[in-house]
Amino acid sequence: MKKFLLAATAAALVQLGLMGNASAAELRYAAAGDIYGLDPHSMTDSFSINFLQHVYEPLVRYNKELKIEPALALSWEVIKPDVIRYKLRQGVKFQDGADFGADDVVVSLMRATAEKSPIKGNLPALKSVEKIDDYTVDLHLSGPTPLLNNYLTNIAIFDAGWLEKNNAVAPVDAQLGEEGYTTTHANGTGPFKVESRRPDAQTVLVVNEGWWDKPEHNLTKITFTPITSDATRVAALLSGEVDIITPSPLQDAKRIASNPGTKVLESPGLRSIMMNFNMRDKLVDGNVEGNPFKDARVRKAVYQAINMDLVRDKIMRGKSRNAGMQIAPEVPGFDAKLNERFPYDTAASKALLAEAGYPDGFQFNMNCPNDAYVNDEEVCQAMTAMLAQVGLKAKLVTEARTLHFKKAQEGQTDMFMIGWATLPMLDGFSVLSAMLHSPEEKLGTWNPGGYKNAKVDELVKKIDVELDETKRRAMMVEAFGITEQEVAWLPLHQQPLSWAVRDNVEVVQTADDLLRLWYAKVK
Amino acid sequence: MFVFLVRRLLQAVMVMLAVAFIAFLMFRFLGDPVNNIVSQDATQVEREEVRQRLRLDDPLVIQYGRFVANAASGDFGISYRNSRPVSALLAERFPATAELVLVAAILSLALGIPLGIYTALKPRGVLSQGLQILSLIGISLPTFVTGILLILVFSVWLGWLPSFGRGDVVDVGWWSTGFLTASGLKALILPSFMLCLFQLTLIMRLVRAEMLEVLRADYIKFAKARGLKNRAIHFRHALKNTLIPVVTIFGLQLGGLIAFAIITETVFQWPGMGALFIQAVNFTDVPVMAAYLVMVSLIFVIINTSVDLLYNVIDPRLRTDPTRATGKGA
Repeated sequence: MKKFLLAATAAALVQLGLMGNASAAELRYAAAGDIYGLDPHSMTDSFSINFLQHVYEPLVRYNKELKIEPALALSWEVIKPDVIRYKLRQGVKFQDGADFGADDVVVSLMRATAEKSPIKGNLPALKSVEKIDDYTVDLHLSGPTPLLNNYLTNIAIFDAGWLEKNNAVAPVDAQLGEEGYTTTHANGTGPFKVESRRPDAQTVLVVNEGWWDKPEHNLTKITFTPITSDATRVAALLSGEVDIITPSPLQDAKRIASNPGTKVLESPGLRSIMMNFNMRDKLVDGNVEGNPFKDARVRKAVYQAINMDLVRDKIMRGKSRNAGMQIAPEVPGFDAKLNERFPYDTAASKALLAEAGYPDGFQFNMNCPNDAYVNDEEVCQAMTAMLAQVGLKAKLVTEARTLHFKKAQEGQTDMFMIGWATLPMLDGFSVLSAMLHSPEEKLGTWNPGGYKNAKVDELVKKIDVELDETKRRAMMVEAFGITEQEVAWLPLHQQPLSWAVRDNVEVVQTADDLLRLWYAKVK
Repeated sequence: MFVFLVRRLLQAVMVMLAVAFIAFLMFRFLGDPVNNIVSQDATQVEREEVRQRLRLDDPLVIQYGRFVANAASGDFGISYRNSRPVSALLAERFPATAELVLVAAILSLALGIPLGIYTALKPRGVLSQGLQILSLIGISLPTFVTGILLILVFSVWLGWLPSFGRGDVVDVGWWSTGFLTASGLKALILPSFMLCLFQLTLIMRLVRAEMLEVLRADYIKFAKARGLKNRAIHFRHALKNTLIPVVTIFGLQLGGLIAFAIITETVFQWPGMGALFIQAVNFTDVPVMAAYLVMVSLIFVIINTSVDLLYNVIDPRLRTDPTRATGKGA
């Protein structure tokens, strides 16, 4: 007993000593939620995957401008349309000292795309990986895949030997009822390594001195704490207990900015908020025969009845960016001309409704989440009021996102809200394939309204396999042009990203709302 | 006594089975966990695959039966969100909640009873009046508001205490304790105070009311007439008799402390079971939610059984053999 007490006291003293001298290059970071675990192949949550990129690296990565640059791969070339050769970086070491090479890439990519892998959807089209020599691999695809590198930015590379040693070559399978070694242990090539982790309390990363790249950061340690409650997260920043918080609640922006020593970082993000129309044969909750939304004039009437300037100024506190397209300016496929909204015009809206045969409007239901996007519920309430002015009676239902998206996917709504950041693909094709192509097999997975245009479908299939980037983008703009004229969806805005930092912290805020601390500096 | 315990044990099992069943009935209204597991643009086929692998397409009764059968052998399944065994997750979080609730319970008794006695003995005093008003505020303010206020004053303005977390913890076997470090103890102050505030005011007001009642009783007057010291009257005779309802209420409220810990843990990012449960709700993490609810119901039964046993200790008049009372003696 005495021994134990001594040990405990000693431990306590050590802890106290550590507490006292937080080094200048330590960064304390608080986000709204914890990462799900330490295995980047076990989850699709982009926040977790990005956080783990501090530890594990992909073959290619996004830089500060969200452009793809070499990481563990040095270069790549198209051997055949469906075979891509990657030359790998030499002299890279994993954090346990093992050398990085072709075997690691083969095992990691096969692990990510295994039958039971939860993230196999993040790397579609991969058939097999062939080792050519120790630092060259060929990726064999099921067809031409112009976005292969985009997909690869999300696939972490593990050490094959380490996986084998720890019996973790197969992906973690929740159904087997076994705990995966990789869920609680990590060994990557990245700029930081995991020192300790207490789920939902604290994850500590320390700098990896042996990193192959020249560090742009000056950190020695990252202490990451999830703080769910907005008010507590802000308080932790104001009281100096943390150096950076993401997200920073919009309503607290003024307070943080006026507090000496802290500031807010805001910019419009990638996530575009939009409304889907039910275009099936009947309204879910209507008071008219058939479905008026099948008529493009009605959809346009809804569009023009909504005053997005008012939403931006009053609800989003001037921080959002109104959108005419379903993708943000950073996303390939964007076109400035297409991004102009149809003007807000209630007279035109009423005229369109009358023309379509609904001079007195009609009733339908509108579903919105209340915990998914910035002020999502308020935006929907405002839209309901605006629609009422042209005689359209939207019956608003707001729910938690787990319920909302279930109903949306099952087609139990006439209009529903969704936000789409095109991640992890970061390309307009994400919207075209999932939301604008008519539902069939792997396409149109988020088109429960059933919008269908033969020309768009044809273009989507061509874009999918077009390796010439200029042609590919031109076709994307063409497809978006058609869907916009038909008001296939109702785009609203890009919601603002809002982070807050202490004045001595410099970070790069990218539009994808992901924090890359290998670009961070603490002064 | 033994029969009493066995009977209570059976009741506990019934309660837990019922709680789990009601829980499973409710989970359907929480949404679809599959949406949280697959990527946003996953195809219908991929969604169906995940659904089948997690056996979410089975009828409710079968899912419930499987949960009960596995739980009986100590297996609560794997968390959808963390891909770790639920029993490990709960074991990891239990010390945090236990320490928080323990400190809050001790605080509420250690402060509530003396303050209650004081306000009863000096009902007209300025301090008593002040305490009464304060207790009214404490009982009527929602706890999350007091929590935020505490953070604002003690963390943001004064900078004395941490606004989140448990501070540094020391592992003693599998139990991670915050009692052994200065930062761990500092981190306990605000959340345990927020958590105990309602109980504290309740106990204080209850002790006060009971004490006032008892002090008017005849035997107190006789005791005074016998020339006993005030001290002996107040603490030996009056206090003992006020404690029975306090114990009952405290027992009931201890369960309440664990339940309210959910809010405290959310406000202070206290890494306990309550925070885990809230996350599970947001993610529709069915195994975690089911296991948590079953466990909390077990704790409730244990507490209430202990309270019944405590009655016998405090008040000898209640020492009746339960088997004889029902007429089915052994």
